[in-house]
Amino acid sequence: MKAAAEMLRQRPFLAEILTAIGLVAAPFVLPYLGFAPTTINRILIWGIFGLGFDILFGFTGLLSFGQSAFFGTGGMIAAYLLTVVDFNHVVPALVIGTIITAIVGYLVGLIALRRTGIYFAMITVAIAEVFFFVEFNPLSEYTGGENGLPGVPTPSIRLGFTTINFSTDWSLYIFIAFWFFVSVVIALRIVRSPVGMVLRAIRDNPLRAAAVGHSIHGYKLTAFVVAAAYAGFAGGLLGLMQGFMPPDAFMFDTSGQLVMQTAIGGAGTLFGPLLGATVWLYLQDFLQTTLHLGASWKLVLGLVFVLLVCFLRRGLIGGIEDLYALVITIKKNYELVEKAPETVTTAAEEQKTSEAVIARERVVTTMSAPHRATDRRSDTILEAKAVTKRYGGLVANNDINFSVSHGERRGIIGPNGAGKTTFFRMLTCEVPPTSGQIIFEGRDITGLTVTDVCQLGLTKSYQINQLFNRLTVRDNLTIAAIAERRGKFRLDLFRSLPSIPRLTEQVEHTLELINLTAWIDTPVAQLPYGEKRRLEVGLALATGPQLLLLDEPLAGMSPGERVETVALLKSISRGRTMIIIDHDMDSLFELVESVTVLQEGRVLVEGTPDEIKGNAKVQEAYLGGVHGVLAAE
Amino acid sequence: MVNWPNFISQCFNGLVLGALLALIASGLTIIYGTLGVLNLAHGAMFMLGGYAGWLTYSYTGSFIAAVTGGSLFVMIVGVLVERVIIRHFYDRPGEDQLLVTFGLGIVFVELVRFFFGSLSKTMPPPLPLAGITSLGFMLYPTYRLALLGIVAAALLTLYVVLYRTRIGMIVRAGIEDSTMVDSLGIDVYRVFMLVFGIGAMAAGFAGIVNAPVVSIAPDVGEMILVQTFVVVVIGGVGSFPGAILGGLIAGEIISITSMFNPGYAYVMLFVAMTFVLVWRPYGLLGTAGRE
Repeated sequence: MKAAAEMLRQRPFLAEILTAIGLVAAPFVLPYLGFAPTTINRILIWGIFGLGFDILFGFTGLLSFGQSAFFGTGGMIAAYLLTVVDFNHVVPALVIGTIITAIVGYLVGLIALRRTGIYFAMITVAIAEVFFFVEFNPLSEYTGGENGLPGVPTPSIRLGFTTINFSTDWSLYIFIAFWFFVSVVIALRIVRSPVGMVLRAIRDNPLRAAAVGHSIHGYKLTAFVVAAAYAGFAGGLLGLMQGFMPPDAFMFDTSGQLVMQTAIGGAGTLFGPLLGATVWLYLQDFLQTTLHLGASWKLVLGLVFVLLVCFLRRGLIGGIEDLYALVITIKKNYELVEKAPETVTTAAEEQKTSEAVIARERVVTTMSAPHRATDRRSDTILEAKAVTKRYGGLVANNDINFSVSHGERRGIIGPNGAGKTTFFRMLTCEVPPTSGQIIFEGRDITGLTVTDVCQLGLTKSYQINQLFNRLTVRDNLTIAAIAERRGKFRLDLFRSLPSIPRLTEQVEHTLELINLTAWIDTPVAQLPYGEKRRLEVGLALATGPQLLLLDEPLAGMSPGERVETVALLKSISRGRTMIIIDHDMDSLFELVESVTVLQEGRVLVEGTPDEIKGNAKVQEAYLGGVHGVLAAE
Repeated sequence: MVNWPNFISQCFNGLVLGALLALIASGLTIIYGTLGVLNLAHGAMFMLGGYAGWLTYSYTGSFIAAVTGGSLFVMIVGVLVERVIIRHFYDRPGEDQLLVTFGLGIVFVELVRFFFGSLSKTMPPPLPLAGITSLGFMLYPTYRLALLGIVAAALLTLYVVLYRTRIGMIVRAGIEDSTMVDSLGIDVYRVFMLVFGIGAMAAGFAGIVNAPVVSIAPDVGEMILVQTFVVVVIGGVGSFPGAILGGLIAGEIISITSMFNPGYAYVMLFVAMTFVLVWRPYGLLGTAGRE
């Protein structure tokens, strides 16, 4: 995966070029392997259908079992235009079918995306079944009901002086392959765009994607519409290829087959569905015609599918990648053994770290404060007025009044259960307060969403890491940074990431700030804990916040890591307002200028670290009534 | 104009269908609630029950034997599926669980097709329940009337098992928090196995007792599965009362709409589901966070 990504970075159009070569070579190679031309055409159509589905499932993580609805709709509309209406322009008919299907997809998406996970899967199944029944009964006048629409003409293109007919199997192949290529190019653009990056973020961690300032509902709907459009287009091509639009395009089996082909090939790769379709349709032909298995081909394919899901988690493409990675590691290990044990590395590493420290110092001094100057120490950036949160009978926060000035570093401490995290969740608008008001930069943010608040410049790093685990460190920071660069929702589907102004700088600055430059292309899942913790802070930082909330940034760290992280937090606090919760008081008191102590949901006391250290009430809160003894000592 | 006797008899049909859907949905929902797995092979369990019952009936000629044998068979299938396959998927993403149960569903359907062909099989109702009963205001097939009682009794049994027994208490605790149940020293995997078996049996039982009403074919489960999903979405995932309420609502909607135009039955069901999703996204009796 990493190697492939690296290769793509070096040769930006490699995937497109390989696709083109493959499409040109296919008619010369595949027939020798036993593929009939109609099978190849059919594979390409399923491949197009799958491109959209993979954007929805593989990239966004939304498993829909209802794509047949769109496949059928697009096909029926194109076929209806070309047969009943006598609209004699094939390509415009396909495009009209695709557009209408996209609109239908938008409407269906509004309903289906009200929920996620299994609800989403169930709702899509139900909706697809509705389409099936509507096609068969109320609309059978238009769709031909169970007979479908026969007589769909083969495509032909009039060029003024001549007309090209795509009437034979191989000429149809040229027509379909052309559209497959166009579809691949578009899908690759989408996947590489900022939108594609946000879609991956939603797949990995929807909660954090929203928290760094992306309107995830909008993006999910986008993925749903894109998938519907691809399905509609593929459906139109199916009618053209067969000369007949079959009603079984609407059947649940169609959705199921798409899902299975994608899983067999490997989701999240764009080409997985194509590979899956190749395996599926080839085996279907082979089992039926060569082995004469008749109807039981489906049993065999079902078994193959179950075994694949059990043992090859990421499909065939995933399996190939794993194998490739294994070979590379073995080769590397072998090379390492060959070489003499090196002591040079440690010296080199030392130098590298010291370089990193110098680099960080430089960045810290050069990186300007976000958004605005911070010499307005006096005025308030955040104010909580009489904030209360009740969970049933439990009062987690009771009538808290709290205010922080620009540029301040504030600590919040309190025993477990004091309501610190709940208070943070309300400040970042993850949960609404039961009563009270939260004012940020003079604006009432009570009742806004966490996404909106992040866009305003207030965000949080989480107590428990909320990262995008399957993506690299660079991608993680990019996701956070593009939220600031382009707002909470923008449909720049065809824009390339590097073309966003100052994005690379922002990502690299943050990387240096949190000292993760050496890990830039490592997938997050492979990071050590301390590095993950720093990235957690980095995600919040990359959104360019004016007010940064840190929920136990030191939790679970070793003493050495704590010292390093305190230094890191100090350096990033320059020019920022920060509120920090932590249990490590020594570190916290070193970091902050003032401290608020919470106890049982109320503000117990506020003051400078020194005042708090000597405060009897605070000692009592932590030690429970023995302060008399302590005071006496 | 509405034909009143027809309307009432359709309402009765709706009640029977609703009770049946409630039973199947309860099976689906307790499995999901406890194990966190949405069993897409649940429709296949309904179908397997029908075939197992039909096969037992054709050898013994006894309806009771068919119901008992068929239910036990499906339960064993459920337990085996959990033990051999599903158990290895608890730690994997939810999508993988959907994929594997979907694949299993296809394997079961195609296995049955392989052994028994695609043609539908019929099973007569037991003799004492054949014929038609007069309810005073209308005539109604005796077996359908009895079916209402049978399914109600099955639901009651399930209720008693879930709410009045030790194992039921563990299952309900597992729906709330299975990690906690595990840390209380209860072997949660054995409970999971049992729950999957019971859930599958609920669908299988429904498949058998429904066989005298609607003939069985390898793909009967697919339609039932879709209807069950709507029931669960309406009622709320993980809620036994929700499954019953949702089942009755869905049954009535399908039956009453069919009286006017069967083609719109699904459309109306879908409209109802949409209303619920907009008005109460977690289902009528569902709780937030169970998904």
